[in-house]
Amino acid sequence: MKAQVLITPKKGIADPQGTAVEQALHALGFADVRAVRVGKVIDLELPEGDREAALAALTHMSEQLLANTNIEQYTCMILDEDA
Amino acid sequence: MKFAVAVFPGSNCDVDAYRALHDVLGQKVEYLWHRETDLSGFDGVILPGGFSYGDYLRPGAIARFSPLMTSVMRFARDGGIVIGVCNGFQLLTEAGLLPGAFLRNRDLMFVCDTVSVRVENTDTVFTHRCQAGQVLRLPIAHGDGNYTVDPATLAGMEQRGQVILRYCSPDGTVDEAHNPNGSVANIAGIINEQGNVAGMMPHPERAVENLLGGTDGLFILQSMVHELERRQHETCRC
Amino acid sequence: MKLAGAERAERVCLTGAEYARILELIGREPVDLELDLFGVMWSEHCSYKTSRPLLRLFPTTGPAVLQGPGENAGIVDIGDGLAVVMKVESHNHPSAVEPYQGAATGSGGIIRDIFTMGARPVAMLDSLRFGDLREVRQRSLFRGVVKGIGDYDNCMGIPTVAGEVAFDDSYAGNCLVNAMCVGIIRHGDIKRGVAAGAGNPVILVGATTGRDGMGGASFASVDLTAASQERKSAVQVGDPFLEKLLLEACLELFETDAVVGIQDLGAAGLTSASCETAARGGVGIDLDVALVPRREEGMVPAEVMISESQERMLVIARQGHEGEVRRIFDKWGLNAAVIGRVTDDGMLTIRNEGTIVGQVPAKALAEQAPPRYPEAVRPAWQDDLVSLDVTRLSQQDDWTETLMALLGTPTIASKEWVYHQYDSVVRTNTVIGPGSDAAVLRVDGTGHGIALTIDGPGRMCLLDPAMGAAMAVAEAARNLVCSGAKPLALTDCLNFGNPEKPEVFWQFSQAVKGMSDACQKLGIPVISGNVSFYNETSASAIVPTPVVGMVGVVEDLVHICRQGFCEPDSIVVLLGENTDELGGSEYVRLATGRTAGRVPLLDLERERKVQELCLTGICRGLIRSAHDVSDGGLAVTLAECCVSGQMGAHLSLPVGIRPDALLFGEAPSRIIVTVGAGDLAALMDTAVEMGVPLTVLGTTGGTLLDINVSDKSLVHVPIVDLAAVWHGSLSQVMNV
Repeated sequence: MKAQVLITPKKGIADPQGTAVEQALHALGFADVRAVRVGKVIDLELPEGDREAALAALTHMSEQLLANTNIEQYTCMILDEDA
Repeated sequence: MKFAVAVFPGSNCDVDAYRALHDVLGQKVEYLWHRETDLSGFDGVILPGGFSYGDYLRPGAIARFSPLMTSVMRFARDGGIVIGVCNGFQLLTEAGLLPGAFLRNRDLMFVCDTVSVRVENTDTVFTHRCQAGQVLRLPIAHGDGNYTVDPATLAGMEQRGQVILRYCSPDGTVDEAHNPNGSVANIAGIINEQGNVAGMMPHPERAVENLLGGTDGLFILQSMVHELERRQHETCRC
Repeated sequence: MKLAGAERAERVCLTGAEYARILELIGREPVDLELDLFGVMWSEHCSYKTSRPLLRLFPTTGPAVLQGPGENAGIVDIGDGLAVVMKVESHNHPSAVEPYQGAATGSGGIIRDIFTMGARPVAMLDSLRFGDLREVRQRSLFRGVVKGIGDYDNCMGIPTVAGEVAFDDSYAGNCLVNAMCVGIIRHGDIKRGVAAGAGNPVILVGATTGRDGMGGASFASVDLTAASQERKSAVQVGDPFLEKLLLEACLELFETDAVVGIQDLGAAGLTSASCETAARGGVGIDLDVALVPRREEGMVPAEVMISESQERMLVIARQGHEGEVRRIFDKWGLNAAVIGRVTDDGMLTIRNEGTIVGQVPAKALAEQAPPRYPEAVRPAWQDDLVSLDVTRLSQQDDWTETLMALLGTPTIASKEWVYHQYDSVVRTNTVIGPGSDAAVLRVDGTGHGIALTIDGPGRMCLLDPAMGAAMAVAEAARNLVCSGAKPLALTDCLNFGNPEKPEVFWQFSQAVKGMSDACQKLGIPVISGNVSFYNETSASAIVPTPVVGMVGVVEDLVHICRQGFCEPDSIVVLLGENTDELGGSEYVRLATGRTAGRVPLLDLERERKVQELCLTGICRGLIRSAHDVSDGGLAVTLAECCVSGQMGAHLSLPVGIRPDALLFGEAPSRIIVTVGAGDLAALMDTAVEMGVPLTVLGTTGGTLLDINVSDKSLVHVPIVDLAAVWHGSLSQVMNV
């Protein structure tokens, strides 16, 4: 099954990349854009099986390695077949 | 004294650290590959700079899980002396041996330069040979040196004297203009509560020879060596 | 569907004549796969068919030369049983498409060329050229290229110690990214790209193989699978972490005696690595593409053979040592797959799952592309270029403003915006880093050093390609001498437009002749190099740009010099002579908007003597600082000495030359040095002995740069003002 983990900076953590991207968007004419945060997407494949168990495993992976929970938050998802 | 210099896939400044401790300070030094685990017989561990695992995912995030790091964590908890430089500092925060974490440099560019840092606490293993408020000229070379930590933890660290180096002007003024990467409170180097683990972004091992631009790094490395010698001497007298 | 010969040739960008030659060489029609191999190996990029005949003019031998052109890099002896391995290469077209990855993979490629010879890389240098930075696209290219180089070199742990960046409208559609790598090796440890010993295993190590870099390739086969068509990638993506692992694994492998020969996979990937090593050894290689570790599905044999996936090497090992190779690469987490064997039939035999799908003589592919001899015609507009009416240049009383304007132009301004993004200190051997005339590195275990520089000719080559190219050689040597080094060997990167145009080929042939002449007279052999043609768009070709990388030896690290004034009350001395020549200067460009005028005369004998005088002065401990006169002329040089040293100077220049030519003319063979008052006589005596003109200009000290002629002040400005412009200009432009 296909899974995905989204990782973004935690609220309150400075995000220099996000700031730079926001300024660049403004310069291109998208003046109303606010609160840009730049994160990561991690795609992975797990063997077919129990969705709950898979989500638990993804949470465990995120806590241990994929995210630094001091500065990042994460969201784990199992993607539907046609995603 | 005998030092271990950790080598992870992608480490680069292991050579710099080895040369400083072995060639300049005349210490026994061994490289330890990341899969090795035996730290018996070593007095200190250096986690060097570089790009372990290419800095992929986050700097130090993957190296943190190597077998050697498990041993280093035990070594540190038992009071062993550990110093992490640059990527080594990042690794120590990922491993939880030091508080805080690292973000991309404020200006989003890698910066290689020589900067001034002020010594904030001389009552430590790593700075006791410095004068209070002494300004050291040390090289930096990093893209993710923007140290961050939550305000509550920071307050505790400041109170306990855990901040040992701060970026400053050549005459010792700590201000934003002289902060090369945006790190909170201009923090360039810290120690843990116990005082046996240090992390710093500047490279003391790159400032040990006049031929190469200066020797202020010796203040830090010699502090570490002399403290270890003093402890060994004391132990022998018991 | 079977195509006729001419059509088949066209599909792989070969001419009818080249196709006919293939038929002669192999005695039959090539199958599609074989034609694909000829298509890449006989391309200009791989075969040098247009440049090779002329490149024979270069002097490539000498008592210190251990390896000249023809291998993956050149090697020159530096004493103590050690040698320098050196090469420069271009990655212009990929960088114009994707600046970050183009520059990164350019670094990756040249680094592999060095460690494939058995040497650990110890330094990187880069020569970069872009169009006008006031254009967003140019800033974006510049930013991306610098970041690509920085991220790759920094991750590899190789210090980037020197370089140059220049700007001209002609590069707007064709940026230039020339990367140079230098390694140090013990003589006995040199490895070569030679296959030998029938039965020896051929092992592909490093990254997996995908469809990288094949977006631009034209295949003979009309039957490429749908998957292939869809997933061809134009952009090669670099992985510096993997290359760092590859470097360490290879160096560990070299400590064993398992290696017969080794070559990195660069342009034309597995095809070039296999046919070139086989051809050099006079042997053949029989390989099976099914054994190549892949990261894409459904790749046909042609794709596997031509893929330019990065970070791969081809190891020819001794029979029985396969296990040793695998053990080392396992330790570093890298693939090591035996894909074939060396044979004694001289053929490159390609199998797929055991069945032969192509077989051609290795030498035919690697060495027998028919050379081309295009027409060379001096352009009709060359004389117009050279014409410059100096009476129309407006004269000033105070030239301070002109000086400030020149200091602020991106080509002249400080490049710290660039080099602060490069780790120039890693490995702790950098004695002089970026910001001086040349970099100086300590050679581990000796008291000696090496000095390195990379230089291009500014706009001089447009006005007179031969003289301009010679000036590039002279300037590189002069930069090394200013640091205290004796020039030893050269690596060149020749960047030109479309050689099928007679005017461009004329520029190329003139440049090669000019360079050869300079190399002969200065005694500096060419040990390696690269040619990049077709740097042009429909609009225009680039200014002919031969770039010179050079290495010199520093006898004693105690006697080295930097460019800045270093002690107050030093005597400022000009070695060489000022002339009334303004041609080709940045000043003329600023004043008229054109590159124009007659190129200043380079007298190679005078140049040689000026350099010898400077080097002698430094080695005897007489000279305290040295900076050569180049872009911007004498006034810019003096300003840079002041700003770098953070001290002023009070100077009086000789009369007799119009002020703007005196201040801003770019005549070669001039060096500004400082000496202590007590050492001046000794330097003057040596100058007289050597027959080199020497003029005392004044003294250092104070906070102003004061330049006078007789009693007339030409320039009068606080150093802090000069510093603000020179240090700040590039950041200001780039932070827009």
